[in-house]
Amino acid sequence: MPVNSTHYLFLSLLLFSIGIMGALMRRNAIIIFMCIELMLNAVNLLLVAFSKIYGDADAQLFVFFIMVVAAAEVAVGLAIIVMMYRKVHSVDINILNRLKH
Amino acid sequence: MDIYDILFWVLSAIAVSCALGVILSRNPVNSVMFLILTFFAISGHYILMNAQFLAIVNVIVYAGAIMVLFLFVIMLMNLNADVEPQKGQLVQLAGVISGGVLFLVVLAGIKSARPVTIDKAASDIGLITNLGKVLFTKYVLPFEISSVLFLSAMIGAIVIGKKEDAKPIAPRDEEL
Repeated sequence: MPVNSTHYLFLSLLLFSIGIMGALMRRNAIIIFMCIELMLNAVNLLLVAFSKIYGDADAQLFVFFIMVVAAAEVAVGLAIIVMMYRKVHSVDINILNRLKH
Repeated sequence: MDIYDILFWVLSAIAVSCALGVILSRNPVNSVMFLILTFFAISGHYILMNAQFLAIVNVIVYAGAIMVLFLFVIMLMNLNADVEPQKGQLVQLAGVISGGVLFLVVLAGIKSARPVTIDKAASDIGLITNLGKVLFTKYVLPFEISSVLFLSAMIGAIVIGKKEDAKPIAPRDEEL
């Protein structure tokens, strides 16, 4: 069976679900952040696949902008995690349920 | 089963198994390494689909810059000893079940989607010439706005990450 669009849909959905599972399972804030990156990449893969199928360059530019936003997001998010580590000396998200130290 | 299909299945197997390694490994440094491997597999998919520019950008930006930033923060916090307290078994099971239910629901939604065959011939859509033309004509405003976004993200990261006692503050009560 040759590869068609359904294969890419399944692969992307599988990667996205793994990202969701990781974000729900783990307590380390950095790992949760990495799972969010994994979900973003699953969506990127699907956008590139449909760009290939329909011969359209717009989807690849959307992927480019998603990468731009993800890079900015990682910079700010890791700064927040570092600041939180300085305050409470842990990256455990269960400590963050009070919003006040 | 030509070379495209074989490469698709090999890269998909690498991507999915390394993604499982990200969420299952106990050591955060191992998670970062697995995530880098996942990104390389996804870059392989991009090359397979003639998106060469995105493949290179994915390797440079994600596997190069972002993951080094993650690794740097992990080593800065000295988290490479696996001392992370685990969630209870029940919570982990609930996470797996919720993710699996999401998978099944969307799977049921896309199961009946009409499969579209992929033209496996090489195309030049993903080359930087074509992408640059579209980027600087149709999407020039979002491109400029994203530069403002980067500037604000940079300033925000510096302000958040700055040590608080770098600025002169009045001594607090408990220090007196």
